[in-house]
Order: sequence, then structure tokens, then C-alpha cells
Amino acid sequence: MRLQTICCPGGCMDFLNALVTLLNFVLVPATAYGAQLALGALGVTLIYGILRFSNFAHGDTMAFGTAITILFTWWLQSGGIGLGPLPTALLALPVGVLATALLLLATDRVVYRFYRRQRANPVILVIVSMGVMFVMNGLTRFVIGVGEISFTDGERFLVDAKAFRDATGLAEGLSIRMTQALTIVIAVIAVTALFWFLNRTRAGKSMRAFSDNEDLALLSGINPERVVAITWIIAGTLATLAGVLYGLDKSFKVFNYYQLLLPIFAAAIVGGIGNPLGAIAGGFLIAYSEVALTYAFKKVLGYLLPDSLAPDGLVQLLSTDYKLAVSFSILVIVLLFKPTGILKGKTI
Amino acid sequence: MTRNLRGILLFGAVALLFVIEGQTVSWNSALGILNVGLISAIVALGVNLQWGYGGLFNIGVVGFFALGGLAPVLISSPPQPEIWAAGGPRLIAAFAVAILATAVAVYAYGRTRGRLRVALILLFLVLGFFGYRALFDPAAGAIEQINSSTAGNIGGLGLPVLLAWPVGAVFAAAAAWAIGKIALGLRSDYLAIATLGIGEIIVAVLKNEDWLARGVKNVIGLPRPVPYEVDLQASPAFVARATGWGLDPVTASSILVKLCYAGLFLAVLLVLVWLAELALKSPWGRMMRGIRDNETAAEAMGKDVTRRHLQLFILGSALCGLAGAMMVTLDGQFTPGTYNPLRFTYVIWLMVIIGGSGNNWGAVLGSLLIWYLWVKVEPWGHDILAFATSGMADGSAFKQHLLDSAAHMRLMTMGVILLLVLRFSPRGLLPEK
Repeated sequence: MRLQTICCPGGCMDFLNALVTLLNFVLVPATAYGAQLALGALGVTLIYGILRFSNFAHGDTMAFGTAITILFTWWLQSGGIGLGPLPTALLALPVGVLATALLLLATDRVVYRFYRRQRANPVILVIVSMGVMFVMNGLTRFVIGVGEISFTDGERFLVDAKAFRDATGLAEGLSIRMTQALTIVIAVIAVTALFWFLNRTRAGKSMRAFSDNEDLALLSGINPERVVAITWIIAGTLATLAGVLYGLDKSFKVFNYYQLLLPIFAAAIVGGIGNPLGAIAGGFLIAYSEVALTYAFKKVLGYLLPDSLAPDGLVQLLSTDYKLAVSFSILVIVLLFKPTGILKGKTI
Repeated sequence: MTRNLRGILLFGAVALLFVIEGQTVSWNSALGILNVGLISAIVALGVNLQWGYGGLFNIGVVGFFALGGLAPVLISSPPQPEIWAAGGPRLIAAFAVAILATAVAVYAYGRTRGRLRVALILLFLVLGFFGYRALFDPAAGAIEQINSSTAGNIGGLGLPVLLAWPVGAVFAAAAAWAIGKIALGLRSDYLAIATLGIGEIIVAVLKNEDWLARGVKNVIGLPRPVPYEVDLQASPAFVARATGWGLDPVTASSILVKLCYAGLFLAVLLVLVWLAELALKSPWGRMMRGIRDNETAAEAMGKDVTRRHLQLFILGSALCGLAGAMMVTLDGQFTPGTYNPLRFTYVIWLMVIIGGSGNNWGAVLGSLLIWYLWVKVEPWGHDILAFATSGMADGSAFKQHLLDSAAHMRLMTMGVILLLVLRFSPRGLLPEK
């Protein structure tokens, strides 16, 4: 009892309340956001490792995949088909993945292949990807418009704040939204499958070999077009997953997906571009920093500190309008002190 | 066909487009497109300096452009002494604390090692941050409270607006120096990402810092370097002359104002092209192209590649800032909500690439042409879709969707044009020599 009063003056209840508040507003949302960023950054990093350019169309690829998924979700909903407590979008996801993969393969055939055969300078490919971004952005706007769309349905909460309060007697209720839990579960499955594929299968190994040393891989009979096609399919799948999960968790708006480009690239570079493990580490680092620095800690500190010391202001280090500045600052710090990223990058 | 003839023909064709617009729609509309096209041409010159001469990939153009747009607000809007007195000195103190803390941290970085270094730097930065916020928050709050419906910002210096143009260039150059110091010398894509970030952040700051330039509440009624339409219409001499030419005074006044702007912008543009051409033909220009074409060889010849790149990056961004200030002057208002990266970064890139990277006249040609298309494609798209859907039943949801989507045709058209040019004519309309 005495120890409790020393460690947190308001008693242990206050400490638990503070912890639950922190979980609610920082840890759980940041974990879900981190998983979404990690999925996006994995796509960027794979394309970088195999095709050797930074794909600026990735944000709009995510938007396109999400738009198709939303259209199919609406169709399913109009037919009265659903998944009960889970969002209907999960059922529509395979269609979105398929459409995105096909679009990327077609883009590669029509646009990128020419430059690959020419062995064009990577920076030319970056500009080309800018053109692809324009087209995809226009396509997505054409298909679904520019407005904000919320397409989540089913059960809203996995852990409901009120039920939690009643069960535990705490003043703060823990709430975990279904979409957040779903994001984490799907991200874990996707990443496990990806690593299994890269490390255990023949195709995955040939991808790693190609990324490591293109000439040597060609010499040993690996078909480059096949490796490239697999890369686009995986990147399209990851992009659609990331986009749909982000859209379910927050909402879908084409311009917001363009703006995800910065945190996603920051995650890939911070982790070491070309390194899948790094992309995951980078995604979570960016997400936790972004949420922690823009969260107002007034409530948490109010529970932890004695009343006389309770803060007057919001104790918010940065306004949420500047969340982009967080990923940017982390990127700058890494570029200044460790340009190859936290985990050494450049090959998968 | 010789190079010069090709250039003259292409410029003639673009001029013809503007004449057709003037004859078939209105001269007001044609001059309106021309003015923004001329401003875009200055941005395109800046991007061409970076990309065409140096191979630097800057996709934060919108940020430098927006930062330049801040200059007319700070230089030429009327001074607000009582608002300044409420928080100005404290703001300066806050910035002084921030700069001092950063300087001390940088000094500590150079003088210490290991864990002590990390601890000291963190200590100085955290102390500096809290000191800055302690001074800044109340000062900004005090400023924003005064007359928040019409002012609520620190106001300007009340100087002539033309003075704001070079100041805008200096603002953008300063930002470019900071970002160039960090990202130049690393891989080329890293500069792209870093500029993407700084562009977004500058726009976010301008949107949210109400004490500076009212944020999304906009600053309106900035002074002009040219006469006002209402004054012209009130002047009997002008009305007499306009009617003498068979023009209605209202139209004539707005055309005259637009012509004045066009003259100003054209003068600035021509001086800049002349300077850029001079630089390109000088030993400095040859060195720059040498660096672009073979960095290793240039380095072996003793050229400091990173420093030269920094120089180009700062010069190019300064042009973006200059154009930003000119744009705000033309609009007479500062509206941070309108700084959209698609419009102010990617379309500019399109202009440079289609015009011919590395060729200044190409950048100008590309700007005028693409800006004309950018304005016209939307109504055309609407007409085409209206024609294509004319057979469908009225009121059908699909027809309505297609008609509503006409606005998005622009992006797709621009993307397709960019991809086609890159694929089939990568050197652009007016190739580099």
C-alpha cells in the first residue's frame, strides 16, 4: 500500500487509469497506424530492391486498390452480403488486390519495361513514376470521386469502453476498435507470409538473389521478367492491404493517400531502404513518434501527478497539423547521422 | 528544320492558341491564362535550373512557391503597431531562444563524444524547446486575439509590393539552403523525399500559424503595383478613350490591368531567361553540365560537386519564391489553402519536361502551353463527356457520374501526356543543344 502511494500519489487506481488512457489514445492507435505504414513501406522497399527506383505512385496505388475494394464492398452490401461482426470490406479485399495487381502489371508492361530494357537512370524512372501517379490519381478520382468516404461496417468495437469500465471499475474505459485489431492481425499474417515467401520458396529466393546482385542472378538462369512480375504482384497486394486497412481505420480520401507518401518513404528510408525488416521497424518508429508527439498528455499527467502539479495546458508537444513534420524530422536525423538507415539497407 | 526555326514556329503556335482564345472566348480570359502562364514559366525556369542543369530532383516546389508568397504579406500589408506591441518582441525572443539552443547543441556536437554528447544535445534541445514554447505560445495567442476577424496577425511593413518580389526569392533561398545542406550529396531520391517533406511542412505552417499571415483565414486586399479597375472606370479620360476604341469601360479597365501585369511579368521573365542563357554559355554553365553528365569525372577535375549542386538548388528555389511572390501580387491575396502540390509541383515538372529539360526557352514554351491546356482541358473534357453521354437517358446515375467526373480528366490527361513525352520524345519540344 505504501509503495503504491509512493509510486503514484493518487493510489494505484490513478496509475491504471493513466495506463488505460495511454493505451486508448497512444499505444493502440499508433500500433494500428504503424502496421499500416509498415505494409506501405514494405511495398516501396521491395520495388526499390528489385526495380531500383523510388516509386512515387505507391500512395496512389494504395488509393486505387482501396477505391476498387470500396466499390465491391458497396455492391456486396447492396446484395445484403456481409461478414457479421467483421467489415464487409474484408470480403471485397481479394477483388481489390486482384485489380491492383493487374493494373500494376499492365503499367509495367506499357510503361516501366521500356526503361528497364534501356537500363535508364533511376531518376528517370522516378519521374516516370510521377507520371504514373498522375494517371492513377486521375483514375481513382474518376472511379470514386474526391470526397471523404467511410466504408466500415459490422461491429464497431472489439473492447467497448463502457463494458470495460463496468467490468473493472476504473474511471477510464479501454476501447479497441474492430478495425484496429483487424489491422494488426492482418498485418502480422501478411508479413509472416511475405517472409516465408522470401526465405523459403524458390521464387522468393530468386527475388532476393536478383536484388542482391542482378548480374549474378541473371547468370544463374533467373528470369528477370518473372521476378519483376512477382514483385509488382506482391507490391500491389501490400499496397491494397495497407490502403484498405488505413481506410477502414480512418476514412478514404484520395488526397490523404497522396500525403501518406511522406511517412511511408520516411519509414522505408529510416529502416534502410531495400530492407523489409527495416521497413517494418521504420513504420512503427514513425507511427509511435507521430502519435506520441502530437497527443495531448494533459489527462494522463493529471492521473499520474498530484493535484497540485496537474498541468494547466494540454501538454501537447506539437499540434496534429504538424504530424508530417514528425516523420520529416526523423527522416532528416537519420539522413544526417546514418544515411543507410537503422538496419543496413539496399538489398532484400 | 533548324533549331531556331523550330523554336519560332512552336512559340508562334502557342501565341496563336492565345489569340484564338482571345477572339473566340474573350481577351480577358486569354490574358488571365497568359499571366499565370508567365508566372509558371518563372517557376519552370527555376526547376529547369535544378533539373536541367544539375539533375537535382526537387518535388517541394509548392513549398518554395508558397514561402515566396508570404513576402508580399510581410512586406507590403499595412503595419499593425498595436498588435506587434502585444506579442512581437516576445516572438522574437522565442525565436532567439530556439536558434540559441540549436546553436549550442551543434556546438556540443562538435566538442564532445559518446554518451555525453547524446545527453548534452538532448538536454539543450529539450530545454530550448520548452523555453521556446513558454515564450511563443502566449505571444502568438495574444497576437491572434486582437481584431481576429480582420487582422490577428503581426502585419507587414507597408512598403511597395514590388519590393516583396526579391524578398520572396530570399525566403525560398534560405529554406533551400537549409534543406540542401542536409540532403545534397546523398542519393538523388533522398533529395526528392526531403523536398517533398519540406514542401508539405511549409504549406502546413502557412496554413496553421495564424499570427504570421492569418493562416486559412487568408490575407486579402494586398496592395498592387498597377492601377485598380474601379479607379480607371472612375477616370473620365480613360472612359472616353475606351469608348473611342469601341470598348465597354468595365472590360477595357480589366484588360488594361491584366496587360500591365503581363508587361511586368514578361519583363522579369525575359531578364531571367537572358541571365540564365548567359550563365549556361559561361564557363560556369559548362562546368554544371559537365557535373551533370559525369559527376565522377568532374570530381576528378577538382570540382566540388556538392557545393555546386547546393548553389543550383538555392538559385532554382529562389526563382520559385520570386514567382510565388508575383502570384500573390497578381491575386492581391494570400490564400494558403490553395497551395496544392499537384498544381504547383507536378504540373511545373510537366512543363519543364515537355518544354525540353535543360533548355530555358523550352521551359517557357512548356509553361505557356501546359498552362493553357490545364485551363482548357476541363471544359473540353466536359464537352466531350456531354457529347458521349448525349445518347443516354437523362437522370441516369451513370451519366451523372461521368459528367461529374469531367473535372478529374485533367490529371489523367496530364499524366498521359507526361508518359508519352518521356517515352517517345524524352528531350521535349525544344531539346537542349
